[in-house]
Amino acid sequence: MELKTDGYRLDRTLETHAEAEGLRGEIHGRHPMDDLLRTDRLPHIWCPGCGLGTALTCFLSALLRSGLDLDKVAVVSGIGCTGRVAGYVRLDSFHTTHGRAIPFATGLKLGNPELKVVVFSGDGDLVTIGGNHFIHAARRNMDMTVICVNNFNYGMTGGQAGATTPVGGITTTSPYGNYEYPFSISALAAASGAVYVARWTVLHARRLERSIVEALLKPGFSLVEVIAPCPTGFGRRNRLRQGLDAMHYYHEHGVIQHGADPVKTDIELEGPVIEGKFVDGEKPTFLEQYRRQLDRLRGA
Amino acid sequence: MERLEIRLSGFGGQGIVRSGEIIGKAAVLYDGRYATFTQSYGPESRGGAAAAQVAIANDPVELSYPHVIDPSILVVMSQGAYNKYVPGFRRDGLLIVDESLVELDEAADGVEVLGIPATRIAEELGRRIVANVVMLGFLAAVTDIVSPEALRKAVLDSVPKGTEELNARAFEVGFEYGEGVKRETSYDT
Amino acid sequence: MSPASRNGVLSGEFFMLGDIACAEGAICAGCRFFAGYPITPATEVAQRMSERLPLVGGIYIQMEDEMASMNAVLGASWAGVKAMTATSGPGFSLMMENLGLGVMMETPCVLVNVQRGGPSTGLPTLVGQGDMMQARWGSHGDYAIIALSPSSPQELFDLTIHAFNLSETYRAPVLVMTDAEVGHMTEKVVIPPVEEIEVIGRRKPTVPPEEYLPYRVEPGELVPPMAVAGEGYRIHTTGLTHDERGYPATADDTAQWPLVQRLVDKIEKNKDKIIMLEEDGLDDAEVAVVSYGIAARTAIWPVQMARQEGIRVGMLRLVTVWPFPDEEIRDLAGRVEGIVVPEINLGQIVREVERCAAGRTEVLSVPHPGGGIHDPQAVLRAIRRAAGRKAEA
Repeated sequence: MELKTDGYRLDRTLETHAEAEGLRGEIHGRHPMDDLLRTDRLPHIWCPGCGLGTALTCFLSALLRSGLDLDKVAVVSGIGCTGRVAGYVRLDSFHTTHGRAIPFATGLKLGNPELKVVVFSGDGDLVTIGGNHFIHAARRNMDMTVICVNNFNYGMTGGQAGATTPVGGITTTSPYGNYEYPFSISALAAASGAVYVARWTVLHARRLERSIVEALLKPGFSLVEVIAPCPTGFGRRNRLRQGLDAMHYYHEHGVIQHGADPVKTDIELEGPVIEGKFVDGEKPTFLEQYRRQLDRLRGA
Repeated sequence: MERLEIRLSGFGGQGIVRSGEIIGKAAVLYDGRYATFTQSYGPESRGGAAAAQVAIANDPVELSYPHVIDPSILVVMSQGAYNKYVPGFRRDGLLIVDESLVELDEAADGVEVLGIPATRIAEELGRRIVANVVMLGFLAAVTDIVSPEALRKAVLDSVPKGTEELNARAFEVGFEYGEGVKRETSYDT
Repeated sequence: MSPASRNGVLSGEFFMLGDIACAEGAICAGCRFFAGYPITPATEVAQRMSERLPLVGGIYIQMEDEMASMNAVLGASWAGVKAMTATSGPGFSLMMENLGLGVMMETPCVLVNVQRGGPSTGLPTLVGQGDMMQARWGSHGDYAIIALSPSSPQELFDLTIHAFNLSETYRAPVLVMTDAEVGHMTEKVVIPPVEEIEVIGRRKPTVPPEEYLPYRVEPGELVPPMAVAGEGYRIHTTGLTHDERGYPATADDTAQWPLVQRLVDKIEKNKDKIIMLEEDGLDDAEVAVVSYGIAARTAIWPVQMARQEGIRVGMLRLVTVWPFPDEEIRDLAGRVEGIVVPEINLGQIVREVERCAAGRTEVLSVPHPGGGIHDPQAVLRAIRRAAGRKAEA
């Protein structure tokens, strides 16, 4: 193919993509989710057995059910496998730097309070490198929904340990077993002031979807933790070789416990996965607090 | 070079920095001249050493070097500031001290000194915090760095709302004290 | 170009702290979002913004650190709001990561660095100009940047407005590289009437969403129009190398070169419009002083003293430090016998001057490690040396 460049334009790239999209249309026809996906970016990069497809589908279904104006929904991701979500959704979407999705989303929301801002990223991104931003956004009750996919490791870089890896977990940087204590993401959010906290495995897709709808419609900082298999990075080193093995594990070890004390939601290797809606409270959000102050100022 | 330099010094919490700002403001906004005000401070906002420097000129080029190098007027409102700044102070300069807080010694030999018990006067007025304004009133009377009217205006639009009356009185008491000192010193000469 | 919004402009004459003048400049430029983290000597910018923004329909937020601050500023800009942050050395270091994201996503915003002495925690309350090379190269990868260097509170006010205008024009973060001396100096600041303040807005797409490609430039142009979140364009943008759709193009070897080249060219090829210089007495000069910011201001006296000694010395003040005025320095180097470069670091911009002079004239650095400003005598001695008057030195 001839490379056509007109100054800084990249016609070859575009043509190639257009061609691929046309082909896909012919072969597969249309999918009900196509309107919400950047189909010209598919196939996605995720491995077979990965939980991210389910997590994304649950999010998109929830989005449709929420009734939100999709032109006013923005998705912000950081770096990592989950961080690629922003690139697949046909919404205003921002793929930012590692750990910084939440502060970027904070600026986006405050710049235009009409937006519904969703942060969709992974455990390494949101609570390890971005842990400080996570707790402070929760503390402020910043108006945003955070969907954090927790697969207990850094998948994209090849399965390293992080702040969520259970004690004993084998990863490429904990080859003899992880000996650091992990965070419970849900407990961290709850302790930091989140008004809505729920956790589901991707096996519990309908419940997950319902929780995401609730989170999207909840004013303030809402967190949905999604437990998902990463057979390539984590599972195959920890006796969950296939994605399906993880699903069996969730089936056998998932314990639905609404209202569970978030402090008691630690996930241990080969232990139960406590899931459910842990927090559903009411508290004025950052923007409500800000507007109250404005009213006081104007009154004074 | 036609450039006037003044340093005010004391301890944090006396309003030294604010006084420097007020002098600069008077020169710029009410006398139509140019002024550069710089401050130096320690990490403590109360009790530590504080100093404010103002350079005043009719041409901004004279202020291109922003720091005060060799002030001709030095205001001292603490013994610590006295010990720090008086030994190096020019002998043809004018040293102004708060007599309630500063004791003179041989470091001031050969320097013209004018004193006012600014802190004691401020206490008599009911608020020790206005000692710096008493001192500004005194400065307005005994120096010509800025016009008294300009300084009076600058004081009044710099002080917190509700304290204008007290500050105006503090300024006038300091000013009158200065006028008295001026009369005495002119009899001497 | 349009006049500033009437809302919030405090027209009048003031005796104003540099940092506060910076905040007021931002308000005049239409800045309605500030995210920051307290740091001496930039804190007064944040304090002023926290006081002023709620009164003019804007938002101030104190973030948990400077990485967050820089990101929040980018986010706000992508929501369509003019946004700024202000910091000093340690915070500037933390902002470098996402300054790069701003460059890559082509996000208009302003970052103010009130420089202090470094390295590390260094001299929190005292002046430095040691971040000038960091301003140019501090984030990883290749890019170009615009950095302005004010010499007084008035200029800090003026250049903050200008920084916003440049950032909107070129869709890029713009740095205001001031310092503790100017930021903490109080002088006369005139805020002009609203009609006299020129404010440049963002160029928006004119095509409907289905035809819009966020990073497509028309032939002959270098800056794409910018749609933001919530306008129905369903944009995507990323810190990854991307194509015209904003989609990652990391496996596509045709994307990196045109993208990075354009990011650099949109600044470098518009140098004639971006660069602002102030000249004094260079026409017949045998020696030129080239400097910027507070160091240029304190070089005025030694230049005057040298002239009184009969040395024909002129001055070139870099109001814009980045992009660097290569042409002008090259030209100057061909005309003078020596160039003297005072700066409050141990020799940063002097390297650029040497590069452009390329051996055609002697280049003398007048270094200062920070913590104070130059002794006028030190600059005077360098001028004498450059003029070949060693005996008098």
